[in-house]
Amino acid sequence: MKPARSTLYGLMAEFDDPGALVAGTKRAHESGYRCMDAYSPMPIEELHEAMGSPHGRLPLIVLIGGLIGGVGGYTLEWWVSTIAYPINVGGRPLHSWPMFIPVTFECTILVAALFAVFGMLALNGLPQPYHPVFNVPRFALASRNRFFLCIEARDPKFNLEQTRAFLDSLGAKEVTSVAD
Amino acid sequence: MNPEPRTPNPQPGTRNPEPRWWRTLEEQADDPAFQERLYNEFPSQVEAITDPVARRTFLKLMGASLALAGVTACTRQPEEKIVPYVRQPEDTIPGKPLFYASAMAIGGVATGILVETHEGRPTKIEGNPDHPGSLGAADVFGQAAVLDLYDPDRARTITNLGEIRPWPAFIAAIRAALTAQEGVRGAGLRILTETISSPTAAAQIRDVIARFPAARWHQWDPASRENAKLGAKAAFGDVVDAQYRIDRADVILSLDADFLGSGPASLRYARDFASRRRPEDAARMNRLYAVETMPSSTGSRADHRLPAAPSETVAVAQFIAAAVGASAGAAAGATLDARATKFATAVAKDLQAHRGTSIVIAGDSQPPIVHALAHAMNAALGNAGATVLYMPPAEAEPVDQLTSLRELTDDLKAGKVDVLVILGGNPAYTAPADLGFTDAMDKAPLRVRLGLHEDETSARCHWQIPEAHFLEAWSDATAYDGTVSIVQPVIAPLYGGKSIHEVLAAMSDRPEQTGHDIVRAHWASRGGATMEASWRRWLHDGVIAGTSHQPRNVSIKAGAIRDLAGQDRTGARGAMEIAFRLDPSVLDGRFSNNGWLQELPKPVTKLTWDNAVIVSPATAQTLSAGGSPSFQGGEHGQIISDVVELKIDGRSVRGAIFPVPGHADNCATVHLGYGRTRVGNVGNGAGFNAYSIRTSDALWSGSGLQIERTGSSYSLACTQAHHLMEGRGLVRAVTRDEFVKDPKSIRDGDETPPRIITLYPNWQYEGYKWGMAIDVNACIGCNACIVGCQSENNIAVVGKEQVLRGREMHWIRVDTYYRGEAENPETYFQPVPCMQCENAPCEVVCPVGATSHSAEGLNDMVYNRCVGTRYCQNNCPYKVRRFNFLLYQDWNTPSLKLGRNPDVSVRSRGVMEKCTYCVQRINEAKINAETHDRKVADGEIKTACQQTCPADAIVFGDLNDPNSRVAKLQAEVRNYALVGELNTRPRTTYLGAVRNVNPELGE
Amino acid sequence: MSDQHPDARDLAAYDRHNETMDSVVGTGRPPIIAPGHTFGSVTDKIASIVLAKKTPVGWYLGFLLAFALTILLLVSLTNLVFTGIGIWGNNQPVGWAVGITNFVWWIGIGHAGTLISAILLLLKQTWRASINRFAEAMTLFAVACAAIFPLFHTGRPWLAYWLFPYPNTMGVWPQFRSPLIWDVFAVSTYATVSLLFWFVGLVPDLATLRDRSQSRVARVIYGMLALGWRGSAQHWHRYETAYLLLAGLATPLVVSVHTVVSFDFAVAIVPGWHTTIFPPYFVAGAIYSGFAMVLTLAIPIRSVYGLQDFITLRHLENMAKVMLATGLVVAYGYTTEAFMAWYGADRYEGFMMLNRMTGPYAPFYWLLIFCNIVVPQLLWFKRVRTNVPVLFILSLVVNTGMWLERFIIIVTSLHRDFLPSSWGMFRPTFWDYSTFAGTLGLFVMLLFLFVRFLPMISIFEMRTILPEAKVDESI
Repeated sequence: MKPARSTLYGLMAEFDDPGALVAGTKRAHESGYRCMDAYSPMPIEELHEAMGSPHGRLPLIVLIGGLIGGVGGYTLEWWVSTIAYPINVGGRPLHSWPMFIPVTFECTILVAALFAVFGMLALNGLPQPYHPVFNVPRFALASRNRFFLCIEARDPKFNLEQTRAFLDSLGAKEVTSVAD
Repeated sequence: MNPEPRTPNPQPGTRNPEPRWWRTLEEQADDPAFQERLYNEFPSQVEAITDPVARRTFLKLMGASLALAGVTACTRQPEEKIVPYVRQPEDTIPGKPLFYASAMAIGGVATGILVETHEGRPTKIEGNPDHPGSLGAADVFGQAAVLDLYDPDRARTITNLGEIRPWPAFIAAIRAALTAQEGVRGAGLRILTETISSPTAAAQIRDVIARFPAARWHQWDPASRENAKLGAKAAFGDVVDAQYRIDRADVILSLDADFLGSGPASLRYARDFASRRRPEDAARMNRLYAVETMPSSTGSRADHRLPAAPSETVAVAQFIAAAVGASAGAAAGATLDARATKFATAVAKDLQAHRGTSIVIAGDSQPPIVHALAHAMNAALGNAGATVLYMPPAEAEPVDQLTSLRELTDDLKAGKVDVLVILGGNPAYTAPADLGFTDAMDKAPLRVRLGLHEDETSARCHWQIPEAHFLEAWSDATAYDGTVSIVQPVIAPLYGGKSIHEVLAAMSDRPEQTGHDIVRAHWASRGGATMEASWRRWLHDGVIAGTSHQPRNVSIKAGAIRDLAGQDRTGARGAMEIAFRLDPSVLDGRFSNNGWLQELPKPVTKLTWDNAVIVSPATAQTLSAGGSPSFQGGEHGQIISDVVELKIDGRSVRGAIFPVPGHADNCATVHLGYGRTRVGNVGNGAGFNAYSIRTSDALWSGSGLQIERTGSSYSLACTQAHHLMEGRGLVRAVTRDEFVKDPKSIRDGDETPPRIITLYPNWQYEGYKWGMAIDVNACIGCNACIVGCQSENNIAVVGKEQVLRGREMHWIRVDTYYRGEAENPETYFQPVPCMQCENAPCEVVCPVGATSHSAEGLNDMVYNRCVGTRYCQNNCPYKVRRFNFLLYQDWNTPSLKLGRNPDVSVRSRGVMEKCTYCVQRINEAKINAETHDRKVADGEIKTACQQTCPADAIVFGDLNDPNSRVAKLQAEVRNYALVGELNTRPRTTYLGAVRNVNPELGE
Repeated sequence: MSDQHPDARDLAAYDRHNETMDSVVGTGRPPIIAPGHTFGSVTDKIASIVLAKKTPVGWYLGFLLAFALTILLLVSLTNLVFTGIGIWGNNQPVGWAVGITNFVWWIGIGHAGTLISAILLLLKQTWRASINRFAEAMTLFAVACAAIFPLFHTGRPWLAYWLFPYPNTMGVWPQFRSPLIWDVFAVSTYATVSLLFWFVGLVPDLATLRDRSQSRVARVIYGMLALGWRGSAQHWHRYETAYLLLAGLATPLVVSVHTVVSFDFAVAIVPGWHTTIFPPYFVAGAIYSGFAMVLTLAIPIRSVYGLQDFITLRHLENMAKVMLATGLVVAYGYTTEAFMAWYGADRYEGFMMLNRMTGPYAPFYWLLIFCNIVVPQLLWFKRVRTNVPVLFILSLVVNTGMWLERFIIIVTSLHRDFLPSSWGMFRPTFWDYSTFAGTLGLFVMLLFLFVRFLPMISIFEMRTILPEAKVDESI
């Protein structure tokens, strides 16, 4: 048993239209499969709730980033102008806050944007050059016009025969096993 | 095993087989000329070389040979000391400047100066407060002379037919020639000089003449004051020099006399004039009438001005003379047009109303008759002795120089001249075109020339001797009032130049005399027993006390005018006339190679690097010629102007035409001193040579001029072409009556917001709070402040091409604005340095904080921090910031480095610069005060511009001290801020102008 | 790995012909994607441009021309650095001129990209899908060109890093009250965010290229750039969120950038600069010129690469409408300027406006009015909006007009300000022109490289707007 386990990543069903994939994923989720993932050449909103995944933490991360940027930017300006390098510039007070707003704003956006992108990549675990699903030849079409549902072997409910039968029952064009 | 130390070879020319030390390329190359020079010049040293132990002598020789090789640009010490400061020279503290009193003579009249030297390098020239002709002010020429000293294009070597020769060779040559002359009592010897004001030089020349009774001394100065002399001679039968007590005059009539802006006593007169122009005591305000052809400083300050062609000026003079009853045989009833009649009548009336307190001044360029008329009028008005004093002339030998030069030319043509010694001047360039002097010169078999540059005259002489600059040589000179100053050298001759005294000595029987000995010997008698003490005193004070002339009583000869009226050379009325004037920047051409002066925007016209054919707008229209701003630089830079051909009795010259409002109609003014061909890289080819149409019968004006368009055009570099204020109260001006009635009227339309209206709290400036007040009412637009600033602050010269683009670097400029009709506008001068705004717009926009405020409210500029975004320049409403668009500063020429002020950093490419209120002077004074544990006293700090201003128009000081002059001035009602409505709160403010108009003539 | 992909590709070929050819739901307007396209056809069509074996000759010619101009840019900048800013025409009253004009012009153009990607995304304008990719690329390249000028127009460009706040031994810091510092932050932020936005958008398409490229090299390179993207639903979800958030951030950013640029002028006291209308009217102007430039590029590209199916008349028309709208805002800006100059009773402002209209630079002013206000009124007519050649010419006219606008604002305001004594004129020198031409070359060169090596249309977004992307679970 063990060796088979170790070499098998999961089973992958191929569909040729998004509707089928969404329907299949729903069914899989309803029938209790949890460790699974769906692959599609473009974003499909329905897929997400079909898999019953929770809402992401990304927005929070971006908010934090924005705050860091904004506060950091203003603090820098204040510190530079009043403490580090206090000079009389054109008779303006050292802490002339209205003139510090633009930079503060830009810093907010910059850091927030960086957090958004790198946060997204981090949560997605990218960059990730190798992934078992790439071992399926036809998976190359996942970036073209094919839709895949992969139920992983580590799913407690996973059973090679039953799961394969289940996937066939979803009207998959083809079900292939994914080597680990 | 050879015990004998190796010794250099004493024999010139023969090669030493062994490898040896060498000091100069010439020596390395074993140049025989070099060896010979060595041998002739330093026999003793040459012997010394053979002495193996004389190491110091070796050093001396090394220094000497370097000196000979002409690379001693950086030694001030006498050649004997090559190791600097083995013993520290007396009173020299490194870093502290020393000031030496001296004098500078132009056109035979001296002005006292103080020379600032740093470690023996003269860096700046200022006026000598103890000198009657200066009173602490200096004119543009005096201040720019220091640049002439370091001019890399100066003549550097004694040459004979272009070959470098040693001084002894010259002595040999001249003595040979003179011995030849002894037989004929010097009949073939001619000495041609400029107007000589040095008593010593005059005495030396007289000695030479004494030795060679048949020899002749000629003088020629293109700006000589012939007409004044002739006029005086005719009027009084004797040559006297009229001097004026401007401070005593209530009414002044100037007959084309620019007594404020030019002339030997102008500094003094400007100061006196300004002292009577303070509207605050309106009762003492004088009134100035000016009749003039070319708008000048004086005309611009005049309360009433009449543009008049040269011939018309004579008529006006005659008219007024007749009206004030200065008969003396005046050709009464000269015909004038309505405008002139109204003017003349009113003036006459006003003059008569102020008998004894009025002055009539005739300009040097006016024909003798006008001078005579002026004398007659002053006599008739009882001014003679009161406001007008008659003194013996300052020049040592007052002669009719035109006649003098004509005689010399005739002698030359007749081949009577064997030896022609030309001391100074540049006759080949300046002689009247019709004399043919230049060609006649070649007839003399031996021609010797002492000159600062290898110029047009040197080119035609056998011997060219580099003249020692007046900062390099001993001499003496006489001021306008006769006061004598000793001219002392402040640096050893950079190029081994010789002074006139040394050359004359070479012609005497004691050729080895030094300038110092000669001058000192001349005054020994006066010094008497206490010579040493008085000598030091004279040097220290810059004047020899008690040498000023005493006024003389002279009386008008009857019929004097009639005699003159006959020989009046001024042309017929009606025809197109031409007027020749000395250039306000380069004079007769002697300053052609001076970058500061070439780039100095000339008063009123604002032209740089060129002279032009100046006409009135109306005349330009009739000629359908003129200039218009180009797209390059434009109003602030490039004026593309039509080239016209001036034709007058058979001679012609081409120049660019330039219409100037207020110029007299139907005549053209051209300035001398341009079109040089052999002066140096700066002056060559600038402008056109007006001498080429200047003839002996029309030295200053002539008629029958034809002006023809050539169809081609020329770019004039003009720093201000737009002179209208566009209804912006940049210069506030009212009449005296208005001011007396309601002083506030001068502030009409003032929109400066009160200080309380502010979003931000105001900065408080404890301690010092520097500020400046500039009196527009006093400024005569003489430009002295610009040159003073340029010299003090190491400001670069950018050249014509860059001025054309509008990139000149002056930190202070003199804006000129017109009011009233174009034929004869009121003209106002407004010096504009950095305003040092408290709410400086430039500072806020600098991304790197390269410009910010000091605790004393200075708008500091940190060159090293500047990255050159030019945002500050854009945001400066006064446009006083100057950017180094290219590498303008000369970093290579060694001699120029010596002249820089070590207290001011030299800016390089890509940084912004601007007026600093002479922060280096402020700090010097502060340090000084702190060492004495006191505050800086009012007047202790003088900015360069303030210090040199003859009219005392600029006042700097501490605004926190209510008793300081500047604080008081800024409290006056006339005080206003330039574009104050922007709330920039400038520390530099202006005092409005008040014209003392004659109600009869109205505005 | 490599031995598994070939068959994948001929499988792809196999199911290309049995794909259902269902047509688009017909609407009145031209479609945003031509009927008959499928996931496969869209993918292949766009990918083929990049993966094509041999490059068209035209590409080489165009690239060489652009490359030559880029060399000219290098020469000009070298001369500038070694000789000094004086080789340009800038002078005493006119401290800024063509250099800053170019900066503002390029930055303005740089706005369309992010705007299309961000704002239209938020507004759910699906038609943006086929133009946003190269609009974003255009943004990046335009910003790159723009950045050259503020850097090299300084007197001492080698010290430009002093504008960034970094601890240094001199103990000095930038001066945060200066709009130029705001510029530094705004422009660098804008460049960074645009780059991220663009790259994030590219990732899924890079994956497509990875899976479809024949050559191993290409596969490795695209593979690395794709970061191992595999289209997982989880990833797609976060991806969409991030993309949306970026759009949300980029939108105020894009507005702020040109606002800050306008502050360079509005904060100064120079008459003609010191006005509150600048921010909105600069932003509108930026969008205006941006869309004009997108048209200038889109029209030739779509015909050269036969992309009429994806960049349809609908797109061109929509962009034309945006231009018309923003053009009107700009026109309003001009009018307000003139009105305030008259109504505001500030003598300097009044003179400035009069000088613009009648002074030495008046011809340029009126030409600008003609280009930016008069000509674009043609866009009211549908026949003009749908006439491709006319649109192309029109876009060029607007680009010219917008350059003139900046030139007029900068030069005519500076050359005659407060003191008549300092008034002057400005004329560009050869080096002014060559530097500008050089940046045009750089811009075009980068675009050529882009269309050759990256998908110029967002493939995955095109897929989403296909009818077959509609999810119906009735199975």
